[in-house]
Amino acid sequence: MNAALRRSDFVRLTASFAGSLVLVAGADGCSKPSQTQQDFAANGGFSPNVWLSVRPDNTITFVINRSEMGQGVMTGLPTLLAEELDVPLSKVTIEVAPPEPSYLYPGQKEMNTGGSTSMRDSWLPLRQAGAIARAMLVQAAAKQWGADPSTLRTNAGTVVDASGRTATYGSLATAASQLPVPQNVALKSPDKFTLIGKTTVQRPDIPSKVNGTAKYGIDVVVPGMKYAAIARCPVFGGKVKSFDASKAKAIHGVTGVVQVPTGVAVIANNTWAAFQGKSALVVEWDEGPNAHLNSEDMFAEGQRFARDPSKGVVALQRGNVKGVNGKAIEGMYLGPLLAHAAMEPENATADVRADSVEIWAPTQAQTRALRRTMKITGLPAEKIAIHTTMLGGGFGRRLQSDYIEEAVEVSKAIGAPVKVQWTREDDTQHDFYRPMSVNAIAAVLDESGRIAAMTHRIVAEATGREYRPKQFGQAHGIDGSALRGISDAPYDLANYTVIYIEKEYGVPVGSWRAPDANWNTFVVESFMDELAHAAGKDPVEFRLAHLQPESPASLALKSVAQRAKWGERQSGIYQGAAIMVWNGSTGALVADVSMNGKTPKVHHVTAVVHIGTVVNPEIVIAQVRGAINFGLSAALTGKITVKNGRVQQANFDTYTVLQMADAPSIDVYALPSQDHPTGIGELGLPGIAPAMGNAIFAATGKRVRRLPFSDSLA
Amino acid sequence: MVTLTINGEQHKLDVPEEMPLLWVIRDVVGLTGTKFGCGMALCGCCTMHIDGQAMRTCVLPASYGSGKKITTIEGLSPDSSSALQKAWIAEQVPQCGYCQSGQLMAASALLAQNPRPSDADIDNAMTNICRCGTYESIRAAIHRAAGSADKAVQ
Repeated sequence: MNAALRRSDFVRLTASFAGSLVLVAGADGCSKPSQTQQDFAANGGFSPNVWLSVRPDNTITFVINRSEMGQGVMTGLPTLLAEELDVPLSKVTIEVAPPEPSYLYPGQKEMNTGGSTSMRDSWLPLRQAGAIARAMLVQAAAKQWGADPSTLRTNAGTVVDASGRTATYGSLATAASQLPVPQNVALKSPDKFTLIGKTTVQRPDIPSKVNGTAKYGIDVVVPGMKYAAIARCPVFGGKVKSFDASKAKAIHGVTGVVQVPTGVAVIANNTWAAFQGKSALVVEWDEGPNAHLNSEDMFAEGQRFARDPSKGVVALQRGNVKGVNGKAIEGMYLGPLLAHAAMEPENATADVRADSVEIWAPTQAQTRALRRTMKITGLPAEKIAIHTTMLGGGFGRRLQSDYIEEAVEVSKAIGAPVKVQWTREDDTQHDFYRPMSVNAIAAVLDESGRIAAMTHRIVAEATGREYRPKQFGQAHGIDGSALRGISDAPYDLANYTVIYIEKEYGVPVGSWRAPDANWNTFVVESFMDELAHAAGKDPVEFRLAHLQPESPASLALKSVAQRAKWGERQSGIYQGAAIMVWNGSTGALVADVSMNGKTPKVHHVTAVVHIGTVVNPEIVIAQVRGAINFGLSAALTGKITVKNGRVQQANFDTYTVLQMADAPSIDVYALPSQDHPTGIGELGLPGIAPAMGNAIFAATGKRVRRLPFSDSLA
Repeated sequence: MVTLTINGEQHKLDVPEEMPLLWVIRDVVGLTGTKFGCGMALCGCCTMHIDGQAMRTCVLPASYGSGKKITTIEGLSPDSSSALQKAWIAEQVPQCGYCQSGQLMAASALLAQNPRPSDADIDNAMTNICRCGTYESIRAAIHRAAGSADKAVQ
């Protein structure tokens, strides 16, 4: 194949290497050597771990096992290696690993990127990998110079002795490769960090993102490659009954039409011809059992289920909610389906040959794509190469491999490499949506205005069925992930019952940034506000009264209230507060909102997060801002509706998203901590909709229990 | 046959006249820095300069470009040295980066017409969509570039 199309061209960020030495092996010291390691070993190379290599020409390469989709893993994870190895990040080449077992951390089963886990999972293994390599390079220098290693130090890719004599890591690489790999090497103490927590670290992927050279999935070109677009049944689960391709084949540039499992694929010499051909297809569909699916019926059924005491299983129980007397408050909250609408419409390129497969894709789920490709082609894992490109957004959509499977199917069918490109309409109408959710929530306040009992009945489709079928089955219908934002909400509730009612409607669902918490938090934090007002208390004080003092949630809420000047009224501006949790991370935010008639505007948001050690402060700010804007976009106008089994939205005119003029200024603060980092890609999202709804209540007295706001306030 | 002048270079292309400029330039010419986002001129990923105007090329036929000067992100500067590109790096604007070619081309056209835009000017001119939510950084980078442009003049 064309040398210009190796994996490295899509993921490598600096110059290529020529040399013979790699420091490679699992951080646990027992991983199977990767193919790269074996190649280098054959050339007399050496391997303390798979995550980094130092070559005689001073080329340093880091490998990360996560996909860069904007969240900054190409900066954050290399920072961990660079900190302990003691090299400037700007001198390092960064690659994304293939989905091979040797590139998984101990305990990790699949290569994927999601759940704000990258930093949490990498924090120790990558620092250890860097520290081990550094210790070996120091040892090599000590041997060469006849010095005591404890008298040597390192500085920016060199070993230095007391007299100032230096040796570059590259010059020591061959000697280091002869040394045994130490099992235990001390990590730097936080006061010695020069990169972790510093604002001086620049993202290495940014230069390529301001001049058009960054390579996304859509930019892949393989010699002899065809372009394809696929007509899929507009009704979920429908199939092709028959089709007439004569008009499509008459389009200039169309070279063929083939049926694949998801529909009819038009093959062409360029993307536009494929799109034109797809539009010209005449397909008769067998629409299947979902042809009568309507979202209003789904909401009605969800509400029936939410009210029916015979439905559901107890997912969480504390104390006893029965027989608790006091002031009763209840609300029914309705959350719509949502599409991801990443800027890069789905695409993948596949080259299926008789004995091997090569795939280039913007994917969050390499192992899943690998397994599905094995199933489609019957080939073993070692015959399938998956190259991860840059991702033009992920947000959970690219945890699915449907669009990669399509490329494999089409390439297999036509016997040539092919890029399958989705249109924006395809992307909006064939998503794995944020599930619809119906919530009946009720509480009793005692005489002092404290919550004496709370009951939360959730009717939602389980994303766990798709991702964790075995655990889902074993849990007797409780989808643990469906309770995020509820089961880990920080409030002290002595009498609390959560009932989960799994409802499969027939709409494909999946992870959508801060899965489940992105909706559940709206319910919990809006309802906390309802209770505060019913109790006649300040909403921040009411929350604090139900939190453990000095807990992360309490500290974050107090801090954000102070920073946002909570309670100091400005003319025409109303404030709402919310607490948010995600996968071990905790935060709180305050939204400053004004009303222009029935239209809310968020002017400013203040957010405080508690995420353990902050590795890159700028990326933390960027991620919180991005997550808030993503959540705000959905809260303002986001909804996918279904009529006769078809998604009614298609492009950005009907599925509208946030633009510059509506984006608030956002201040982000992280509480100081030296704890193990948690994650930041999602935490900022769940709080914005409830904070905004609470501010709207403060402004108008109207409680919004159904999103988006544009519908509820109309 | 359509003849296009892209980043100062002339290309004679055997493409249908109605083929959108975006796809001609991406798939036929091979300059992939400009992105496809919606196909309806709604998102701005495909923004190029045509005779200095920021235009959304996913809906512009190839024939529209003939005889005009077309600039893509690859032609914004030879070495990422424009004030805007430097500002984009200084403010660390891109996250996923997919929309940023279009954002930069839109911002560049804005500054060419309005060297010191106000926040309201930026709101009006910058309607390109960013799903990563980098708007605040884009705004800061435009102000930064506008400031540096002024300094250069002084």
